Amino acid sequence: MIAPVREDSEPGFDRVALLGGAYANHVALRAALAEARARGAGAIYFLGDAGGFGPHPDRAVEILAEEGIPGVAGNYDIAVVRGDPDCGCGYTDPRDNHYAQMSYDYTLRKTGPAARAYLADLAPSLRIRVGDRRVLLCHGSPRRVNEFLWESTTPRAFVARLLDEHDADVFACTHTGIHWHRALGGGRHVVNVGAVGRPANDGRAEVWFAMLSAAGSSGAANAPSGADGERPPTGSDGLSVEFVPVAYDYKTLAREMAEESLPPEFIETILTGWWTTCLEILPAKERARGRY
Amino acid sequence: MTGPPAARWTPMTTPAAAATASVPFLSLDTLWLQVGGTVCNLACTHCFISCSPTNHTHEMMGLGEVVALLDEAERLGVRDYGVTGGEPFLNREIFEILDAILARGPVLVLTNGMLVTPAKAARLARLADESEYSLDIRISLDAPEEAANDAIRGRGAFRKAIEGMRNLVGAGFQPGIAVTRVDEATTNEEILESFGALLRANGVARSRVKIFEPWRIGAEAARARGYAPDERVTPEMMEGFPPERLQCSTSRIATARGVWVCPILVNEDRARMGSTIAETLTSFPLYSGACWTCHRFGASCRV
Repeated sequence: MIAPVREDSEPGFDRVALLGGAYANHVALRAALAEARARGAGAIYFLGDAGGFGPHPDRAVEILAEEGIPGVAGNYDIAVVRGDPDCGCGYTDPRDNHYAQMSYDYTLRKTGPAARAYLADLAPSLRIRVGDRRVLLCHGSPRRVNEFLWESTTPRAFVARLLDEHDADVFACTHTGIHWHRALGGGRHVVNVGAVGRPANDGRAEVWFAMLSAAGSSGAANAPSGADGERPPTGSDGLSVEFVPVAYDYKTLAREMAEESLPPEFIETILTGWWTTCLEILPAKERARGRY
Repeated sequence: MTGPPAARWTPMTTPAAAATASVPFLSLDTLWLQVGGTVCNLACTHCFISCSPTNHTHEMMGLGEVVALLDEAERLGVRDYGVTGGEPFLNREIFEILDAILARGPVLVLTNGMLVTPAKAARLARLADESEYSLDIRISLDAPEEAANDAIRGRGAFRKAIEGMRNLVGAGFQPGIAVTRVDEATTNEEILESFGALLRANGVARSRVKIFEPWRIGAEAARARGYAPDERVTPEMMEGFPPERLQCSTSRIATARGVWVCPILVNEDRARMGSTIAETLTSFPLYSGACWTCHRFGASCRV
């Protein structure tokens, strides 16, 4: 792990990369870590769900372990470590649960003892500083590991309440797989960092992660921008938030998924960037943007 | 249209010998607003609050009282809102109410769909487009065929609901469907399959079907049966049971007459918890058979 730059109780940085849900996509995870370093991340954190969806779940865990990436536990990680009967993803639709169960059974079967030991060591949540902002890192929400926080169903007043209850200026989460950022004013923010394991239901094969920079830091000023579809940094109120698309060799991943007899519906998502399953939980706005 | 009179619901009593379980209050995540009161253009024979054109147990809510509640809810950090009735689209201020909600957060509207004309659907679409939050709509239907549906919901209900659904689809919505299992022999798979086909045939490609077990109070107690004395939540049943599975641990409903524990029990004085939301954020005794249904089947109006 890269050394903190401050002597506070929480490690502090000017610029961090936050990676959500790897979902066993070891090819994209490796590409995302390289991209985060190339962009000058002072630290890289993983926000949970190492396995699920993709092939050979041990491989993504090995990458996280080898690179010493600190992280928080996702519901998938917790379920695998405990050997739960299902992933605890929080789906309500039978079709969604059918696919979730296929994915979970495969992941549970293929996760070895070393990977389980790594997952068991993931923290429930972590606290860091970015500039002068106190940032809480969690998986679903600060209060529940499998709470879905979508952009169109997470209002400002609710975010403010969570920040008050958890004594933070900012919280960063994942779990939904779609990245977004909302600034509340007064230096308070919520950032869903998206997922590096699965496309964002936007018709693009790339996956996404988030860079958080202290507003006015050299990192924020030098952040590359203007790439195809890349979102410019937002939220200069004490914090700059930038979502980074990661191109990777998705055809290799799709081939591995086929070799492992994973569902064709999952492979289609990797190839097209459109979600084909687990759609019932999407709110109206997010669902309208997808193909299915 | 004939239907049960307003007073047809039966107050529930707890057997004297049985201890009553209670649910802790965890967090106010969802605020329901009974904007249609108990007034409805239908008088469904399974309605647990016996709504009808003549049931004024709860009157419709005005924009002013809704905004006051929204202001309080926002101070409390509510996550999402639900709108119900009665029939919300009977409320003449429904669009202003939805606009006020969508300025603060996401909303789910429960409706029979019958009053959604193309013009109203277009107005809803404008509200949805102008908000950063989601407007979700769920239409109630009870059978995928006209005769069986209308036997429960009233003559013409099926055709008008399908018309409303098509109008919503035409305006860009993908409404969900709420189905009450009025025939115990019907399986979840049969319901999902038959309603999925109905939705697809009417332009809803991304179907969402939510199945409810009937709450055996109100009109439903007369249509089928009420609760047996042992159909109650006991303290033992709450041991090890995650309270967040009961919607009363995370939501409340405001009507024109105050704030109630949940949308199911608004006809019971015992379930009125206060005049303001803040007064109601406490534990609640699970005294009703309806609580047993929620406990057993995991019913939640929200998701």
